[in-house]
Amino acid sequence: MRCPLPPGLGGIPGIPVPTSHALTHTGTIVLCGPQRLRPTVGAIVRDLGVKGPIGLITAGWQERETEDEELRGHLGLPAVNLRLYGRWEEVFHNDPEVFEMHRRRQDHVRQLQHLHRRRLRRAMSACRDMLQSEAEPWLIEPERADAIAALTTIDDHHLARVKALHLRFEAEFKPAERPSIAAQRAEIAEVLQDVDVVAIAGGHVAVLLNRLRLLALRPLLATRTVVAWSAGAMAMTDRVLLFHDSPPQGAGDAEMLDHGLGLAPAVVVLPHAHRRLRLDDRGRVGLMARRVRPAQCLALADGSYVIAEQGRITAGSEGVRAFADDGALVALPAGAFQ
Amino acid sequence: MTPRRLAIDALRGHAVNMGDVHHFMHKRQFPIIEGRNVTFVWRGHADAVQLRHFIYGLPAEIPFHHVAHTDLWYCVVEVPEMSRIEYKLNIMRGGGREWIRDPLNPNLAHDPFGANSVCQGAGYETPTWIEPDPEARRGTLEDHIIYETQFGEPRRITIYTPARMRPTRRYPLLIVHDGGDYLNFASAGAVLDNLIHGDEVLPMVVAFTHPGDRLREYPDDPRHVAFIAETLLPWLEERYPLYGTPERRCLMGASFGAVASLSIAWRHPGVFGCLLLQSGSFAFTEIGNHSRGPAFDPVVDFMNRFRADPGLPSQRVFVSCGTYETLIFENRSIVPLFEQIGMTVRYREARDGHNWENWRNRMREGLSWLYPGHLWMTYE
Repeated sequence: MRCPLPPGLGGIPGIPVPTSHALTHTGTIVLCGPQRLRPTVGAIVRDLGVKGPIGLITAGWQERETEDEELRGHLGLPAVNLRLYGRWEEVFHNDPEVFEMHRRRQDHVRQLQHLHRRRLRRAMSACRDMLQSEAEPWLIEPERADAIAALTTIDDHHLARVKALHLRFEAEFKPAERPSIAAQRAEIAEVLQDVDVVAIAGGHVAVLLNRLRLLALRPLLATRTVVAWSAGAMAMTDRVLLFHDSPPQGAGDAEMLDHGLGLAPAVVVLPHAHRRLRLDDRGRVGLMARRVRPAQCLALADGSYVIAEQGRITAGSEGVRAFADDGALVALPAGAFQ
Repeated sequence: MTPRRLAIDALRGHAVNMGDVHHFMHKRQFPIIEGRNVTFVWRGHADAVQLRHFIYGLPAEIPFHHVAHTDLWYCVVEVPEMSRIEYKLNIMRGGGREWIRDPLNPNLAHDPFGANSVCQGAGYETPTWIEPDPEARRGTLEDHIIYETQFGEPRRITIYTPARMRPTRRYPLLIVHDGGDYLNFASAGAVLDNLIHGDEVLPMVVAFTHPGDRLREYPDDPRHVAFIAETLLPWLEERYPLYGTPERRCLMGASFGAVASLSIAWRHPGVFGCLLLQSGSFAFTEIGNHSRGPAFDPVVDFMNRFRADPGLPSQRVFVSCGTYETLIFENRSIVPLFEQIGMTVRYREARDGHNWENWRNRMREGLSWLYPGHLWMTYE
């Protein structure tokens, strides 16, 4: 049974995702919190009634991609690892031109990320200043809204620049036409023919997202049920936000990385939030909530999960908390939907 | 402005009895931290009591006051926020004296000479990443003996390898002076586990070295320099999957260990790309003799030679020092020198002394600057 979202959030309970983000796939996307200390994906897969083989994507683990025995044991069903990390390494090995083009593109992406980070410093500082300033609401609120609008402009600009880099890479390099890449893509499609459910593990989110994009997984995932956790869950959403409030270096300003695959739009998921964020700091929580609107920031505790289907996000378990505009953390009971 | 009233004001300047003292002591933690005022308390019979601290800038021994007709002694010291101070009490009776740890304060810091009581000033927070984290995967510590050394005797090395180390991957190298002390008194094993687990630093291989006579070997002793650069380094790079490039080799040390790190890099420029120097004993003279005692003779000799002809020993250096150390001025003065010769420098001060917990507390910032991990990208 679905429950309405508790009051206190900026959104309206039960509001469907904006039509521009309407789901285009026919499957269900399950976004899970970290699994290492409280594994739940096995139970989730069983609850979904899955009987057949499961496709595994563990590219975020990089060199450890194939060390998936523990995961297989937990799933308890036949599974085939799609080896996205290893496949792309093979492409690099067999096609030096791909390696060179990719390296150049990644270098540009890194430079853009660095510039984005620098621009964020002042914008984040201005937002925090406005949020901490006290004045009559009619005076201060428009200033706060404008400061946050300036921040989201920087976010949108960065995402657009990164997307343009990807498009240029596609247009100039035509990866689909290169035999080394086309062969890998065809093999993956063939493997997935017998697979209804794909499990995507966390790890290095940029590496994972890269491999998913380069090997053209989106259309293959869009027609299947996907269970993804941590970085895997982040990659399924529309926008990937990197976050840490207390890093050993730097200011701890959350920064946009890239668009995700957009299979679960309208949410920004934050795994490990209780470890990485100062969740008792209402100013920070509220700023993050308002920054990603109209999407909803969701903190996913270990083992918790939400289900994205038919344009709605539903809490599938306890441990899901939504960021409200006023800085409150609102626990979503299982069944509550956005 | 009226001076702030302190808890001890209930006793001082009044006629009090033991009942008042019991009331004062009840449910209190000692020393009493009240903003910048710290009240140290001792109870017992003595001729005099002194606070024996390790803070450069204050009188070495600060006398306690006796509350008449009671067994209570106290002293109030102004301690800036965020300070961390190690101390003992000097109890004088019948012409003798005894240094003791503060029996009212359970907070201790251990070092090779025993332990001191610790006063944590207002705002000081013990780092969360120094205790073993049950969620963190543990690295491995393994002792090895290198038999053929420049010292003509075997040397023990303790090697830390990170959890889930893979032979097909490459790792940065950190060589640590006074390795046993870093492990025992600065929680280096747990710190590495936690920082690596949190992706705050790269997984790395760490060689904890154990000196013979450190006061002799560390200040630019050619045998030690050669042992590290010509024996230990090749030994490590032969056995472990290391990058083997200067930017992924780091020398680390505290006090004389920092001098040793600098002298090795100075004598082998271009080999070690990173230095992590904590409270370096960088004593030098512009004219005349130094006054730090004979142990510093080779240090001053080396530092004067280094300052005259520094070259470019390394590319990146993290320098830290406590503001309550006598070495603070030497450490401050070496930073512009490093910068002038083209090194990239990160310098940090803390309100602390020349001790292992100060060095422990700076490891996160130093290591994460020299070998930053993929913290922002990794969500397992």
